[in-house]
Amino acid sequence: MSILEVKNLSKKFENTEVLNDINFTMEEGETVSIIGSSGSGKTTLLRCLNFLETPDTGIISVKGDVLLDSDDPSTLSENNIRHKRQHFGLVFQQFNLFPQYTALENIMLAPRLKGESSEAEIRERALKLLDLMGLSDRSENYPHQLSGGQQQRVAIARALALQPDILCFDEPTSALDPELTGEVLKVIKRLAMKKTTMIIVTHEMAFARDVSDQILFMDSGIILERGTPDKVFGNPENERTKQFVQAI
Amino acid sequence: MFLTVTLSLLEGFLGTLELFALTLILALPLGLLICFGSMSVSALIKYPVKFIIWVIRGTPLMLQLIIIYYGPGIFLGNNVWGSGDTGRFLAALTAFVINYACYFSEIYRGGIQSIPVGQYEAGKVLGMTDRQIFFKVVLLQVIKRIVPPMSNEIITLVKDTSLARVIAVYEIIWNGQAFIKSAGIIWPLFYTGVFYLVFSGLLTWLFGLIEKKLSYFR
Repeated sequence: MSILEVKNLSKKFENTEVLNDINFTMEEGETVSIIGSSGSGKTTLLRCLNFLETPDTGIISVKGDVLLDSDDPSTLSENNIRHKRQHFGLVFQQFNLFPQYTALENIMLAPRLKGESSEAEIRERALKLLDLMGLSDRSENYPHQLSGGQQQRVAIARALALQPDILCFDEPTSALDPELTGEVLKVIKRLAMKKTTMIIVTHEMAFARDVSDQILFMDSGIILERGTPDKVFGNPENERTKQFVQAI
Repeated sequence: MFLTVTLSLLEGFLGTLELFALTLILALPLGLLICFGSMSVSALIKYPVKFIIWVIRGTPLMLQLIIIYYGPGIFLGNNVWGSGDTGRFLAALTAFVINYACYFSEIYRGGIQSIPVGQYEAGKVLGMTDRQIFFKVVLLQVIKRIVPPMSNEIITLVKDTSLARVIAVYEIIWNGQAFIKSAGIIWPLFYTGVFYLVFSGLLTWLFGLIEKKLSYFR
């Protein structure tokens, strides 16, 4: 069974169709990259999956569980949504770390509030995640004492701390200069090798080609082309995809 | 004479401090309530609250003191405040609390709205409730941002307490002025300035301390 199934997802902002009948599935352990020009709907799709936007129509299922069905109002209630969004983790373009907490506290906050594990377990897992991000020596630093790349790696650890089924990245390196981009991409690649299920919205084409199992090319709210990196980058069927890929 | 004056002014300053402290204690939480009202999604709450804020901020505090003290007697035929010192003090306190709560509410609102939406979204995707997001993520950041404007407003309050004189509430300037009539000397009135200066100096130092305490994050 697919870990994620998205059916007939559509979303309008006033009169602009941002997402138009989006359909796709992905398997556990896969890395899917969504590429396309700005305004093509990539970020909105990711925000719908994380319930930061409510789609007008469509069904989102994880492991066969229907999380959101626009025809079933009970799936749209605020309380239900809070639990369901924990299937997904989201890493933002602007990191959005909590400035008043240290790197370690940022990672530990949500698990602490959830209250399902002991303080010692939460701490141990957070330290392990920091280590995985190569930031063991930064646990007591506040966000403003960290570089952008380090902040983003803390944000990735924070998202992983809740052990989501699917980790989403919204242009994770767009706010970073080229030098710092590399260290974040390296971490994401390491996660891909460990078979973390991930959806990455990105403009880093070489990276997407290198790391993904599946590429979705989006254009004006639809998935115009979908396939392996070699197919989408090497032998695109659609004229628009060809144009986009050649422009890189 | 200097000692007599100092003691008398000190006594008046206690009145000032009482009005100052009680206003602060009551207006700080009331301001938060008004702030939530002015940010309410319901137009039925939001616009009346905004109207009240406009009226209170748009008229002189001295006028509000007079209206709150004399208004009930004139318009309702019932002087709810009674005629004694306590009644006048309560009327003054009421006017100060309403006035300052409105100013505080706007400072709170500015503070809350200055928090980037990404902080709320990060809390949401981490499965936090709205309450948790407010108390664990947003609140301390808001406090840090509102300390400078709040310290400004609170230092203004120290000096505004002298307005209570218009409805004959005893405070330090009242006592200082009394020496003009009773002893024919004006320097006690000038001397009151020292008390204000020392007290606002103390507050400035205190707020500096709070700012420093919160400077560990940005």
